[in-house]
Amino acid sequence: MRYTPHTSAEIDAMLRAIGAQSVDALLAHVPEALRTRASLAALPGGIDERAMRIEVAALAARNRTDGLAFLGAGAYPHFIPAAVDQLASRAEFATAYTPYQPEVSQGTLQATFEFQSAVAALTGMEVANAGMYDGATAAAEAVLMTQRLRPGRPLVLVARALHPHYRQVIATYLAGIKDVELVEVPYGPDGATPLPAADLLRRASCLVLGYPNVFGIVEDLAGAAEIAHGEDCLLVSATTEALALALLRTPGAAGVDVAVAEGQSLGLPLAYGGPGLGLFTSRERFVRNLPGRLVGETVDVQGRRGYVLTLATREQHIRRERATSNICTNQGLCAVQVVVYLSLLGRHGLASVAERNLRGAHALAERLRGVGTLRFSGPYFNELVLSLSGARRRWQHALAEGVVAGLPLGDWYPELEDTLLLCATELHDAAAMDRLAAALAADAAAPAARAGGRS
Amino acid sequence: MSRPEGVLRNGLLPEPLIFERGAPGRTGATCDPGEVGGPAPADVLPSGLRRDDGLAGLPEVSELDVVRHFTRLSQWNLSAATTLYPLGSCTMKYNPVVHEAVVRLPGFADLHPLLPDAWAQGTLELMDGLAGFLRAVSGLPGVSLQPAAGAHGELTGMKMVRAYHTDRGNPRNRVLIPASAHGTNPASAALCGYTVTEMPANDFGILEVDTVRKHLGTDVAALMVTNPNTIGLFERNIQAIADAVHEAGALLYCDGANMNALLGVAKPGDMGADVLQFNLHKTFSTPHGGGGPGAGPVAVSERLEPYLPTPRLVRDPKGLRWSEDFPKAIGRVRSFHGNVGMLVRAYCYMRTLGGDGLTDATAMAVLNANYIRAELSGVLPLAFETPSLHECVFTDHDLAATGVHTLDLAKRLLDYGFFAPTIYFPLVVPGAIMVEPTETESKQTLDEFIAAVRAIVAEARETPELVKEAPHATFVGRLDETRAARRPVLRWKPPTARPTE
Repeated sequence: MRYTPHTSAEIDAMLRAIGAQSVDALLAHVPEALRTRASLAALPGGIDERAMRIEVAALAARNRTDGLAFLGAGAYPHFIPAAVDQLASRAEFATAYTPYQPEVSQGTLQATFEFQSAVAALTGMEVANAGMYDGATAAAEAVLMTQRLRPGRPLVLVARALHPHYRQVIATYLAGIKDVELVEVPYGPDGATPLPAADLLRRASCLVLGYPNVFGIVEDLAGAAEIAHGEDCLLVSATTEALALALLRTPGAAGVDVAVAEGQSLGLPLAYGGPGLGLFTSRERFVRNLPGRLVGETVDVQGRRGYVLTLATREQHIRRERATSNICTNQGLCAVQVVVYLSLLGRHGLASVAERNLRGAHALAERLRGVGTLRFSGPYFNELVLSLSGARRRWQHALAEGVVAGLPLGDWYPELEDTLLLCATELHDAAAMDRLAAALAADAAAPAARAGGRS
Repeated sequence: MSRPEGVLRNGLLPEPLIFERGAPGRTGATCDPGEVGGPAPADVLPSGLRRDDGLAGLPEVSELDVVRHFTRLSQWNLSAATTLYPLGSCTMKYNPVVHEAVVRLPGFADLHPLLPDAWAQGTLELMDGLAGFLRAVSGLPGVSLQPAAGAHGELTGMKMVRAYHTDRGNPRNRVLIPASAHGTNPASAALCGYTVTEMPANDFGILEVDTVRKHLGTDVAALMVTNPNTIGLFERNIQAIADAVHEAGALLYCDGANMNALLGVAKPGDMGADVLQFNLHKTFSTPHGGGGPGAGPVAVSERLEPYLPTPRLVRDPKGLRWSEDFPKAIGRVRSFHGNVGMLVRAYCYMRTLGGDGLTDATAMAVLNANYIRAELSGVLPLAFETPSLHECVFTDHDLAATGVHTLDLAKRLLDYGFFAPTIYFPLVVPGAIMVEPTETESKQTLDEFIAAVRAIVAEARETPELVKEAPHATFVGRLDETRAARRPVLRWKPPTARPTE
């Protein structure tokens, strides 16, 4: 009964106004058989705030975040300046509703317009929508959009080097509803994706490439765009590490048609993988085919600049079964958090963080030279694949030392069993890298007796 | 430049776009790029793969610029923390402050989703505990916490329905949906490849079993029903409807958006539901965030359990772990494990309230809605006289002579400092105004709201122009939505290219 304010005198007065004998009488039209069975008496009773905090803090303490984790693979540890969380969590942003009454929602609306502008600038694309669930669902929505734009094309080409979650979500979204075949495009020896044959491109609505891909390798988007467009196939890029875009040629400059990304790196905590934020951008000519929500600029009755939700004719609440997506609630507050982060760092701060990430990962590779070798030769940003004998055993050994040596990539790619996917960001300093190198190297000297396998 | 109009506007400071503040070279935060050594980007990235525009188009502002900017913007919003938000169909209850502190504990916030399961046992226990609560209130045995929002839960649910029928040799192709359904229901069904057949309610606003029977056939995959429905009325025939649906080999999808009315009152599992999505942000008090993030877990009956998305949480002697070992699963519907930050808040809410508190929350929500219904039914006509639960629907048709419509009433309420109720919804009620006060509002607040509505209806009769031109006291006046759609301006662009620093 923690948050209900009613006193018994008030309840009595309200019942009198209603003309009911009891609160129970207000429920009398619900069939008795259902009501009897619905009792929640079997659940534990309520507890006070202090007791709840103690209990839940104990759960948080059971998680181990004290270790040193070199984990990326779709979620990236980054430093978040205090102002980001403080501003984005202001109750006026956090506890507002979808801005259907624009006159009293200009804060959310202008911030969202700024988010769209900043994301378009970051990706070099012409338009951005206002927040999909995450990078993987944004990729799936992008594929559905290319099917609307290129009807009658029975293939969707997806790079094997695209993050497996993204491939899986695309498969789930397409399963059984359309005569569309997902075709996986293998990766080459450098870790990049060689372009599929022209006859495949000709029958495909799109080709989806990771940028960087799951191995951290920077794909040649411009080359892919040229070949794909020659066959009238659309190019979709999907970025799991949005910070990379601060250093890499933008998808827009490379000629990509739809660029999606996971926005978590831009000021959102890891939070065990969610909430994240899907960034979704495209060419301007596709704007009426975009899924999700858009904010547009306009004027009020006095001619003053203001913002409203717009082009809603595409949206679920108007066109219903002909809508471009069923998205209703998206990730509004996460979009605010991201635009605060992008504003605070801006052109110069963002470039410095991105450079620090790239330098760090390369410094890490340098330190690990005696322990293993780079599996792929292509250029990379802050994530790399290390080949080393007994990878899983050594990963286990490092874990016992409190170091999470990235992800044993064999979990996702059986053919890469003896590799680790490692990520270094601005949170990993020289001492951390030394600890990782020592933890992985120590085992190389030890007799190989320990059993492998992830816990 | 700087302040447009330069003066306070209705007590608030104006503020340009963040891109219109700042100066070339200014920054609010930075990091030492060479701290650990390593090569310069130009040494390892070929020039064709390197960005060369110096991030043009992103802001160049200080931390204080940013703090003032977003603080001012925030003040232009009404929110649940500032005023009553009587939105029908989208429960906007109080968001407890303690949740915001708990979710930021480093143990929760800094947890990487790919850490070994043994390192994440605290969060996994919390997720398992939340799933248990959701089973208890829904009466359904299978739960997935993965979907990212209510509509995403609908999509997940309908994917399972499709997988179930496909497994039996025929995916079927039609879904039945009452006319009063949420707009996401038909859209979710369509995204799963179904065509939608709309069904009317009876004169009392609820669905008849005969109506359902008339539309059922071997091509129908599911009936999607919301209970209580979008008018706040309990679908009293639900068990008979469920039986008819099941007899036809179809499944019953129950939209859980209105679970705020059902805790301790009726369990969808007992009504015959096969699948239900929860909107944690509505029922279990996680903040709406100006439109997300929400969380849309799904609960299913035994027959749909094999199809739940993977990975699924399983318990073995060593603790909880993720498993992909479910061959009939529809697969993954998003990266990682769900909007875990929202799951933490919802868990805290359910743990604090307990079974008795949840039951009380529903009872007080129903009491509050019925109080408003009673106090305003002489002021505005009710859409249906049928007894209602947690929300009530009025119409504007008494005001036809004044030229004042639902939209005007809503806008005028903003002048009185309240957010507007849901308007023109449900679509089956002409000029609908739908009020859901929720259980966290006091009688005092409800009385203030009731007085405001009475005053506005009186204004509509005496000075209709005042109402039709509302709002007058908000930060901006009525906005030209047609212009925004006809000539879309969807982003700021630099007036001229600024030089790279």
